[in-house]
Amino acid sequence: MTTDRIQLRVDNISLSFGGIQALSDISFDVRKGEILAIIGPNGAGKTSLLNCFNNFYHPDHGQILLDGRDLTRLPPYRIAQLGIARTFQHTALYTGLSTLDNLMAARHIHMKAGMLASILYWGRAHQEDIAHRRVVEEIIDFLEIEHIRKSVVGALPHGLRKRVELGRALAMEPRLLFLDEPMTGMNQEEKEDMARFILDVYERQGMTILLIEHDMGLVMDIADRIVVLNFGQKIAEGTPEEIRNNQAVIDAYLGKAGVK
Amino acid sequence: MAVLRPAGEFDTSYASDMATIRQRWQWWLLLAFVVALYALPFYASQSVVALVNRIGITIIAVQGLNLLTGYTGQISLGQASFMTAGGYISALLVNNLGWPFFAAMPAAALGAGIVGLLFGLPSLRVKGFYLTMATLAAQFIIPWFTRNAFPKVLNGAQGINVQVPVLFGIEFNTPQRYIYLTLTVLILTTIVAHNISRSRLGRAFVAVRDHDLAAELLGINLFKYKLQAFFLAAVYAGIAGSLAAHQIRHINSETFNLIDSVMFMGMLVIGGLGSNLGPIFGAIVVEMLIEGATLFGPLFISLFPSTAAGAVQALRPLFFGAALMLFLIFEPRGLAHRWQLFKAAWRLRPFSY
Repeated sequence: MTTDRIQLRVDNISLSFGGIQALSDISFDVRKGEILAIIGPNGAGKTSLLNCFNNFYHPDHGQILLDGRDLTRLPPYRIAQLGIARTFQHTALYTGLSTLDNLMAARHIHMKAGMLASILYWGRAHQEDIAHRRVVEEIIDFLEIEHIRKSVVGALPHGLRKRVELGRALAMEPRLLFLDEPMTGMNQEEKEDMARFILDVYERQGMTILLIEHDMGLVMDIADRIVVLNFGQKIAEGTPEEIRNNQAVIDAYLGKAGVK
Repeated sequence: MAVLRPAGEFDTSYASDMATIRQRWQWWLLLAFVVALYALPFYASQSVVALVNRIGITIIAVQGLNLLTGYTGQISLGQASFMTAGGYISALLVNNLGWPFFAAMPAAALGAGIVGLLFGLPSLRVKGFYLTMATLAAQFIIPWFTRNAFPKVLNGAQGINVQVPVLFGIEFNTPQRYIYLTLTVLILTTIVAHNISRSRLGRAFVAVRDHDLAAELLGINLFKYKLQAFFLAAVYAGIAGSLAAHQIRHINSETFNLIDSVMFMGMLVIGGLGSNLGPIFGAIVVEMLIEGATLFGPLFISLFPSTAAGAVQALRPLFFGAALMLFLIFEPRGLAHRWQLFKAAWRLRPFSY
């Protein structure tokens, strides 16, 4: 599935908060149709890097190119419209809305109804809602969350919320999907379910996925390539096999016993 | 809480699943309710009709506040000032330019909306408590403006007298007549509020409220939707202000004041934030309480004859304050939530799960 075409190019990104250097001169490429994992100890700058891709943090210098287009000057909502969707380390759902409406809210970028059409909610706006409902129902079906379709997500348990959040990102039909620790706080069974969903998305839709995760066994299993960060610097990049045997990574993160 | 549907009723299309009114008897019930409201002047006393009229206008103002605070999560203490703006615009258009009321009211709504838009601009940079302070500024600037600017036109602190609306030769000069105006506008604003809450616009509003960071990163232009919320809230206030001014037949800088803004917020909390039933429940309950305080007054004086009449005046804020506190402690999600629970319990009867 992995192709050689570069979809996202990260070119020499640096980010600092006051005196703290969060990221220094990070460069790597994300190829179209691959699962790229970013790993590293806590505080290594993984989430900061994702926030740079969304231009929520503005890098001090460097470029981020999505299919050749620089993202560092665009407002975050424009970047989402270009086809980048993400989930959050600490789930960031719209807690007052139902599962269905959370996914419908993600269809925002594909819908056209303006203020007047919404107010009238007659004819086109109504038809549009129905058409997008159809798309959303397919995702609900795929993620097996039919039973909580109309539940307010604020009342859902953590595992389901994570799944709804994945659904919300998928509802945006992105070109590039960022998953920021999609399996934190889950038990083994839930993790396996989530891994299955991620692989399904990847295989069926050929979506490029960028994954941050701490469960090494899982990352080694599903990632095509891995980038390792430590103290804001890229210390390694390569296939799971290469990373497993990389001395710098073993010292910084994996430890002696490592992953066998 | 999942939505409970009566047993044996199945939807076969997304449209029917999304429909608001799902069964024939619900249409009949709604029709009967609306007819009963419109027929009010035929069977209710003038004071009851006047009360319903006042409640109706209040509901419109609170509906606007609900769009801004309940759905979009931007707490505003400026709603009454936008009513002032709407009331003055409509009064001036009718008095000075000879516009008919039915053209002046939409114009006042639009004008107030634009004023609201201006005072919504700080929401680009500030949120929460600080934004509330910025909306409070509207509550001082707009009345100051009406007192001091263009004294020949606005007549300073005295305010201006407002004409009675006329349509097809009918003068809406008594509560029994005015209530037809209020009810018709109220039905329209309720439908609009409901449509907003179930459409793309409403989902964007709630997204901004529930997680502004996620909303922005998932493609929602925060500033645009905050401004739209401010605009719509002020449009509702403008309509309510215009209706109220033409009914009282007078407007000055104090007709709608800071206390009203605070009261609207209290009504919204008591009724339920972010629910279309909230403004309706809240306005009814609070207005009834205030009415109750008025009725309670003579009893109070007979019990404590030594207290001055001023003590009776103090009963209103006391009733309001006590109700607000009790709701915040025992039902912070408002009457609308209680109504949901009641409906769920009714559908589940005789089982408790």
